[in-house]
Amino acid sequence: MAFTDDQIATMDSIIARYPRKRSAIMPLLHFVQSISGYVTPEGIEKIAEKLELATAEVTAVSTFYTQYKNKPVGEYHVGVCVNTLCAVMGGDAIYESVTEHLGIGNHETTSDGKVSLERIECNAACDYAPVVMVNWEFFDNQTPQSVRDLVDAARAGNPPAPTRGPKTLRTWKQNSAVLAGISDGLAGEGVSAGEPSKLGLKISKEKK
Amino acid sequence: MTASKKLSPVLSATWDQDDSFTIDGYTRNKGYTALKKALKMQPDEVIQLIKDSGLRGRGGAGFPTGNKWGFIPQNDGKEHYLVVNADESEPGTCKDVPLMMANPHVLVEGVIIASYAIRANHAFIYVRGEVVHVVRRLQQAIADAYEAGHLGKNIKKSGFDLELTLHVGAGAYICGEETALLDSLEGFRGQPRLRPPFPAIAGLYAKPTVVNNVESISSVPTIVNNGAEWFGSMGTEKSKGFTLYSLSGHVANPGQFEAPLGITLRELLELAGGVRAGHELKFWTPGGSSTPIFTAEHLDVPLDYEGVSAAGSMLGTKALQIFDETTCVVRAALRWSEFYKHESCGKCTPCREGTWWLVQMLKDLEAGKGTEADLEKLLDVCDNIAGRSFCALADGAVAPIISSLKHFRSEYIAHQTNGGCPFDPVASTIFEKASV
Repeated sequence: MAFTDDQIATMDSIIARYPRKRSAIMPLLHFVQSISGYVTPEGIEKIAEKLELATAEVTAVSTFYTQYKNKPVGEYHVGVCVNTLCAVMGGDAIYESVTEHLGIGNHETTSDGKVSLERIECNAACDYAPVVMVNWEFFDNQTPQSVRDLVDAARAGNPPAPTRGPKTLRTWKQNSAVLAGISDGLAGEGVSAGEPSKLGLKISKEKK
Repeated sequence: MTASKKLSPVLSATWDQDDSFTIDGYTRNKGYTALKKALKMQPDEVIQLIKDSGLRGRGGAGFPTGNKWGFIPQNDGKEHYLVVNADESEPGTCKDVPLMMANPHVLVEGVIIASYAIRANHAFIYVRGEVVHVVRRLQQAIADAYEAGHLGKNIKKSGFDLELTLHVGAGAYICGEETALLDSLEGFRGQPRLRPPFPAIAGLYAKPTVVNNVESISSVPTIVNNGAEWFGSMGTEKSKGFTLYSLSGHVANPGQFEAPLGITLRELLELAGGVRAGHELKFWTPGGSSTPIFTAEHLDVPLDYEGVSAAGSMLGTKALQIFDETTCVVRAALRWSEFYKHESCGKCTPCREGTWWLVQMLKDLEAGKGTEADLEKLLDVCDNIAGRSFCALADGAVAPIISSLKHFRSEYIAHQTNGGCPFDPVASTIFEKASV
C-alpha cells in the first residue's frame, strides 16, 4: 500500500520532535501499526527511506521490541499478565480459561480477526492483580469469567470500558496512533486513580 | 507510633481529586509554584538544594540525585540532556504508573526544574508503551504546560528555554536500564552500554546526560517549595524523605502507601489489613523480583537503603510482593526466570545463554525430575551469570533463585521426593473456587 500525503506529513512531524532523526524510529513504527495493524514490509521501507537507513536496520529495531507485531493482531489484543505475582493470584487460570474458550493460543488471532491473545509480562499494576490489558488499557482485578465475558463482548463489537482509561475501549489501531504521539483527546476521561492507588492516602486522612 | 500515623502522603496527596491530573487541578494544588521559585535561584543553588535534601534515586539503585546532577560538566559548550526513566517494568513495581496517571504535571514541573539546574534545553520522558492511558495523560500535560508558558522559549521570562519530548517505548524490560534506554531513545535496539563513560559524560547522542526515575524527579518540586531540611526531617539518617511503597499479592488490601523511608513490612501489612484472611506470610520481595526474597523473619527490617541491604537484599523499587503459604516458591522462581530469559537483550553471553539454562533446570526441578546435585549445578550456573554482564539484569535473574534456595531448600527437594509440585495452584488464586 502507498502512504497518503497526510500520513507522510505526520511522519515528518514525528521526525521533527527529535534532535536526530533516527530517534523517531520507534514512534514511526507505532504509526505504521496505527495504519496497518502491524509492521508491514512497506512500512519498514518507508521508515528506512525517511530516516536514511537500510531496511535491515529498521527491521532489527522492530523485531527487538515485543509491541511491534510482524503479523496482524486482533482488533482487540488481549494480554494476560502471567508474570509471577499475577500468575499466582489467578493469571495462569485466566490464561488457560480464555485460550480454551477462544480456541487460540499465544500470539494467535480468532478467525473473525476480532481478538488476539498474548501472554504478557508485568504491566505495573500489581496492586490490581490479576491484570489483563486490552489494546494496552487496564482491566483490573480480573477473573476467568470476567475475561471470557470480555472477549465475547469484544467479538460482538461491544467491549466493556477499561477500569482505568477512557469511557469506551479503542481499537488496536486507534491506540497505536496514541503511542505514536497523536493525541485522541481522551486524556480527560477515566479516574485519576483506582482505589488501591489511593489506599494509603485514604487511611492517613481517616486517622486525622 | 502507629503505622497509620507514619503515612506521609506528598506525591499521592491529591490522587483522590477527580481532576488531579489536569493543569487546573494541579495549579489549584499549588502546582508550578516551585518552578517560579527555582527560576529565581542560580542553577547551582538548585543542585546544592537537592544534594542537601539527601534525595536518592527512587528507581532502584538509590544513587544521590543531586550528586548525579553535579557530575554534569558545566560550560563545556555541549548540549545537555535530561531523560526521565518512566519505563517502569520491574516485576512487582507499580508506583510510577499511577503517579503519572494521577499527577503527570508534578513530573513535568520536576523535569523543568531539573533541566534548568543541569542546563539542559531538551528533556525526554521515556515511558513504557504498554500503558496507553498514562501516555494520554502525559501528552495532555505536556501540551498544557507549553500552552501555559511553562515549557518552550524564555520560560516565565527567565531566559531559559526547554523542549520536552515524550518518547513511548515498545515493550522491552531492558530499556529500564539507563544505558539501554539511551540506545533505544537514539533509535537502536535497547542494549546496555559499557561504562565508563557514564551518561553524565557521554549519554544521549554522546552528550552529558542525567537519567532519573519518575518518582525522583517528581519529588523535586516539593523539595524546592518546602526546603531540604523539611525533606531531611523524614526518613532515616542516610535514607531521607518519603517514598511510595507498593504492596501487592496475598494481602487483604493491596495498594500504594507513601511513608518515610525506614517503615517496616510489619507496619505496612497493618495498613494493608494483613496477609489475606486465614493465611500466613511465606516470602516477599522488598523491591521487585530482582531483589533477593525475604521471609517472615524479616518483618521488622527497616525498609531503607541501608536496612534492607544489611539484611541481605536491596530496597530496589520498594515493590513489596507478598506471597502466602499456598504459593510454591519453585514455581515463583521458575516464572521469574522465564521473565529474565525473555527479557535478556542477548548482548552478553553469560546472561543470554545462562538465563536459558536456568529455565531448563528449574522446569525439571519443578516437575520433580531434578536431583539434589542439580541444586548445586543451579547455584554454579548462577555464579557464572551474576556480575559477568554489562548490566544488572543478570544479577536480578539469579536473585530469586539463590535467595529461594537459601530459605526454602527443602521445598526444592520436596518436589523431587513428591515426583512433582506438592502445591495446588488453585489454592493460591484469589478466586474462591476453580470454577469461576
